[in-house]
Amino acid sequence: MRKVAIIGVGMTDFGELWEKSLRDLTVQAGLEAIRDSGLPGEEIDALYAGCMSSGIFVQQEHIASLLADYCGLVPKSATRVEGACASGGIALRQAIMAVASGMHDVVVAGGVEKMTDILTEQTTMALACAADREWEAFQGVTFPGLYAMMARRHMHDYGTTEEQLSLVAVKNHENGAKNPHAQYRRPVTLEQVMNSSLIADPIRLLHCSPISDGAAAVVVCSKEKAKEARSEPIWVIGSGQASDTIALHDRKDITTMNATVVAVREALRMAGITQKYVDLVEVHDCFTIAEILAIEDLGFFEKGKGGPATQEGLTALNSQISVNPSGGLKSKGHPVGATGIAQIVEVVQQLRGQAGARQVKDAEIGMAHNVGGSGGTCVTHILSR
Amino acid sequence: MKVGITGHGAYVPRYRIRSRDIAVMWGQDPSAVEGGLGVIEKAVPGLDEDTITISVEAARYALKRAGIPATEIGALYIGSESHPYAVKPSGTVVAAAIGAGARMTVADYEFACKAGTAGIQTSMGLVGWGSIKYGMAIGADTAQGAPGDALEYSAAGGGAAFVIGPDDEDNVARIDHTVSMTTDTPDFWRRDGQPYPRHGGRFTGEPAYFKHVVETTKMMMGETGTKPSDFTYAVFHMPNKKFPERAAKTLGFESKQVEPGLVVERIGNTYSGSSLLGLCSVFDIAKPGDRIILTSYGSGAGADSFVLTVQPGIEKKRRLAPLTRDIINRKKYIDYATYVKYRQKLVFAE
Repeated sequence: MRKVAIIGVGMTDFGELWEKSLRDLTVQAGLEAIRDSGLPGEEIDALYAGCMSSGIFVQQEHIASLLADYCGLVPKSATRVEGACASGGIALRQAIMAVASGMHDVVVAGGVEKMTDILTEQTTMALACAADREWEAFQGVTFPGLYAMMARRHMHDYGTTEEQLSLVAVKNHENGAKNPHAQYRRPVTLEQVMNSSLIADPIRLLHCSPISDGAAAVVVCSKEKAKEARSEPIWVIGSGQASDTIALHDRKDITTMNATVVAVREALRMAGITQKYVDLVEVHDCFTIAEILAIEDLGFFEKGKGGPATQEGLTALNSQISVNPSGGLKSKGHPVGATGIAQIVEVVQQLRGQAGARQVKDAEIGMAHNVGGSGGTCVTHILSR
Repeated sequence: MKVGITGHGAYVPRYRIRSRDIAVMWGQDPSAVEGGLGVIEKAVPGLDEDTITISVEAARYALKRAGIPATEIGALYIGSESHPYAVKPSGTVVAAAIGAGARMTVADYEFACKAGTAGIQTSMGLVGWGSIKYGMAIGADTAQGAPGDALEYSAAGGGAAFVIGPDDEDNVARIDHTVSMTTDTPDFWRRDGQPYPRHGGRFTGEPAYFKHVVETTKMMMGETGTKPSDFTYAVFHMPNKKFPERAAKTLGFESKQVEPGLVVERIGNTYSGSSLLGLCSVFDIAKPGDRIILTSYGSGAGADSFVLTVQPGIEKKRRLAPLTRDIINRKKYIDYATYVKYRQKLVFAE
């Protein structure tokens, strides 16, 4: 297997970008990534694009062709990848495999979602497509409900508190306030989070990531090509992907995401490291309970200790492990198909030392954790300077 | 020719329903709803009230203040998105009811919440040109909000009427300037035959209300060489309390300039009547020489901005018809069931 580097990153602002279309967003992020790489666009062999539901959000499918067309990549191979909210992370994994196998030398992995062109109810229904339609969504369960059940059980089994769920949001907003691309560039207080409206008990509004528009892209290449890059290459040292039952009720334990456990094990084995070498991790905090589950399942904290660890500040910027220095999905925004790639953009910028006020000191190794649905899909990547 | 407001009149139906009573009905947190929108209660038209009756009440008060015979009205425009008839003007009924003559032009206007100010602009044109002596411009609505929709907390009934005539110091106010902005922005709409409007949720904020209200007000201050501190009062369209407060803050107005016109808290959003009832409320207390800036907003979308200077005539005219605050304070609370009956929300299958 060939060594794989990331040599260019780009992303749009995340937010309610009323005046930008799906193609505008992708072109902006794609061009920025290519410019950042320093390689001429002609060198790109292929495109993998993660997108969850452009068909429902903007009534456009076949976006692989659309994006290749508008990014000026025609006639290069272009493939859309879908794995619900993990679409971006999986697109990157496809790009990595294409380069590692020797099939391609330079590949762009992108992610995009344009979610605000339709009404909130319709968006909720589109997102519910990532659950089991027959056994969950048709029964009226939407994602806040599914994650609320996980939260309730976690509280029951491990004594996790509402305050701990809320402190995840406080910490992520604090980081996001320092991220110029974040949808919510402002801190929130514990009181604001705990008094925000109840969505699905115990999940409150400020425990949820927002509905967002945005795109992100990275340029992946072989070791040889990385020599031509403008900046120091960031190396992909681990990649893991796993699946689980699509429906929450089919799992033995809903306080753990087994796909995360398996995916991170695979990625760590490939990297030949353990969790203690990781300086920062971007985790999939679609709801704040998801961050608590993630830091436990990824092995940074024992099962049941994610809440107290958050409360003790062990996940804050430049503490024991910097979790979501970008602000996470909660504060940065969550354009579902773009999220997995945006996490990689953050990790690369951190490892390059370009993260400004939210820089993790002396960051050498970073991890990204991207989840689809209620944990039916998980993909993790480990990058190193 | 300079033009002014010769007389004004306000009307708000007496029935009120509290936001918290609606919230309880739909399982919402009453305090969160009140705090979020800043609407405590809204005015509900009775069974025998509609845009026409509201317009007649307001127009009669406006005529009293104008002190002119109705036969001198040469044009009458009613802006509303709840004209009782799809085809047949509201304006003809109102003109007949107030005793206007036949030598006049009448039209019904629709531009979501800003059709009333569009009527003022048209009247200004005809009066300024000299083809008529007085024009009557009315903004009135019995706004629709689907049961359970966010609009149900604010969609209210009410209206205001203005006699537009030649500038005179015996008038209520002089209209110094008007400017408008129009774009094609689909934030809120109701198609023909549909009982309730639909809206683009959060899209109704930033790219719709705020963009148009803020830019048009800035345009107005640019064209008149004015700044926020030049005005005693500022009135902005009020779909809720939060929006006009935020627009005012963005533009640099202080709350003491905005507060007197913020009638939305106690009557809800009266759509075409909204900013105009805010202006009538300011006329309750304004003194000669006070300058007022008003910007209406209509979904779809556009905004009309006006700069007015209060004339000495206001002192004599103010008490010739009920004050706006007295009209607003004259109220009777109803429960949700009565509200459903009055607004004829129960529909039986044939």
